[in-house]
Amino acid sequence: MQRYILRKKNQITLINAILIVLGFFGRFALDNMMIFNVSLIIASILGIAPIAIQAYQALKVKVVSIDVLVTIAVIGALLIRNYEESAIVTFLFLFGAYLEQRTLNKTRSAIKELTELAPESALKQMENGEFEEVDVDDVDEGDILLVKTGAKVPVDGTVLTGEGHINEASITGESVPVSKAIGSEVFAGTILENGTIQIRADRVGEDTTFGRIIELVEEAQDSKSAAERFIDRFAKYYTPAVLIIGALVWLFTQNVSLAITVLVLGCPGALVIGVPVSNVSGIGNGARNGVLLKGSEVINDFSKVDTIVFDKTGTLTMGNPEVAEKEFYGEDIEQTLGYLASVERESDHPLAKAVLKDIGETTFYPVEETEVVKGGGIVAKVDGHRIAVGNVALMEKENVVLSEEVRKDVERFEKNGNSLVLTAVDGELKVLMGIRDQIRPGVKQDLQRLKKLGVKNLVVASGDNQGTVDLVASELGLTEAHGNMLPEDKSAYIEKLQDEDQIVAFVGDGVNDSPSLALADIGIAMGSGTDVAIETSDVVLMNSDMSRLPHALGLTKATARNMRQNIIIAVGVVVILLTGLIFSNWVNMTIGMLVHEASILAVILNGMRLLAYRL
Amino acid sequence: MQKATIHLESLACPSCLQKIESAVKGLNGVDKDSVKVMFNSSKVRVEFDSEAVTIEAIEKAIEDLGYPVIKSKVRSA
Repeated sequence: MQRYILRKKNQITLINAILIVLGFFGRFALDNMMIFNVSLIIASILGIAPIAIQAYQALKVKVVSIDVLVTIAVIGALLIRNYEESAIVTFLFLFGAYLEQRTLNKTRSAIKELTELAPESALKQMENGEFEEVDVDDVDEGDILLVKTGAKVPVDGTVLTGEGHINEASITGESVPVSKAIGSEVFAGTILENGTIQIRADRVGEDTTFGRIIELVEEAQDSKSAAERFIDRFAKYYTPAVLIIGALVWLFTQNVSLAITVLVLGCPGALVIGVPVSNVSGIGNGARNGVLLKGSEVINDFSKVDTIVFDKTGTLTMGNPEVAEKEFYGEDIEQTLGYLASVERESDHPLAKAVLKDIGETTFYPVEETEVVKGGGIVAKVDGHRIAVGNVALMEKENVVLSEEVRKDVERFEKNGNSLVLTAVDGELKVLMGIRDQIRPGVKQDLQRLKKLGVKNLVVASGDNQGTVDLVASELGLTEAHGNMLPEDKSAYIEKLQDEDQIVAFVGDGVNDSPSLALADIGIAMGSGTDVAIETSDVVLMNSDMSRLPHALGLTKATARNMRQNIIIAVGVVVILLTGLIFSNWVNMTIGMLVHEASILAVILNGMRLLAYRL
Repeated sequence: MQKATIHLESLACPSCLQKIESAVKGLNGVDKDSVKVMFNSSKVRVEFDSEAVTIEAIEKAIEDLGYPVIKSKVRSA
């Protein structure tokens, strides 16, 4: 019976509303007080039933809930024969609860979308070799699974046979299909867009990357900051306190109407729900945009950040040097490039790799008498020619004449921050290449956005040599650049900044820099989605995408602002109602309930704005 | 000890949390410190001694308050 009533709450609300309308129709259109009273009494009793049941259940586990306050207030109103107020208050309360549910589901939708991406079934190879559909919970590590076009990859695994393209948006937030072949890793929750593959399950269920992301996001949306924990504790004693105050008011004034009004006004709605609503919307927005924010404490801290420290130039640059500029001198360039590639093919120096990559397809020649000149380059015999590949010092040693034109080019290349690779054939300079680690596209704009959002210092603390670091810093307009830093130097540096009362965020990949990630007020991991960094950091940028960083910062600022607005709305409403009650007589039970429910909806709707936040 | 994650129909009022928490904590065999009711994800996490109390009993305690349980997952902890 109890459960039946609770399940039919929505229908009860509707009947309640109809009865109230009927009552007022009877009174004002038909001038019939009988209809008015009877329908409002029925409406009150119907309406109070589910509320009273909830109140009773709460009292049974020794909790004084809002339901208790409302139940007492409505019964009080019935006793003093104020049927109008008792009926309307129950309606407002029920209808408010209905709207709360609907709108709250909206704020949670972003995260729900994420969890609904979780795979549910898998095609598993049985003992007889056939594939059968099973629940994803029944898949164990080591099982062989078949994934068909359009299906979700059920677990993290390795491709055994077949190939195809996989959309990894659920893990990386990046919906560009990634091609997978034998030996590639695939992740649960990603979608095979074409092809058919068989995979071996490596990690299942909550251990998969996707499972961990979901768990983290779910924990994050329900994690509480110190302020929220205070509000929770406050709310626990607040409701019983309101009950006592109501009783005292009644004792001293003997005014039942005033006492029950106090009960209704005292309902703590918006205050308790306001902050969690902002939180869940903000985190939901992040989850949709490739930013994992681990809880409301993180949101608060990050929104106040002063300094962002980047752990290495590799975060800002492509991480692999490329040929940025080149000049050719003389004839037979095609052939020279073939010689150059043949020599560089023997070397695993990063510059050599960059050169090879730049030349691409070419004719290779056998290389003889290779001689590595330390700090200079390589000299070798190719196709009967003496080939020297290396820096300016090597050219001088080989007595290669550098013309005025070449010297100018060399100077220009160096100024642009290139490492130089010169190629001479039989003592004649043919090719000059400038190689540098390129700035990731868009990084400069991203950093400017961060500055615009109020970050005072952008610092790079890198293990690279000071020259490289300075160059990157000046190109990107960073505030400070520190080179030659060991991991312990970085954490010492962060400590120094914190001693200067700065709030420091550290952006790193989390493997060797975990001390710094942990030490910084906000540890930001550039996770490819599989890293342990996900566990140790406070913020994770999926797919190692720097461009998410400004969005993350803007979002935390917006969320923190949203929380403050909601607290102001909640407290403001209570203050206005109480002043109204004390100093005037426009506040009655119905208005109290109306304003109370309206304030709850206001904070939920305000929180929902965050779902649409864009930088 | 067993570890359970109980999915509920979405929770709307913060006072539901208090109610569910008190009800689950009140059961014998439930590790009181482990009870965690998560408002936004509408889930209850709890550790319990499977010899003293069953998952069904925990579910019933929650459902009796008027919060339908969608499904529970139990793992040994």
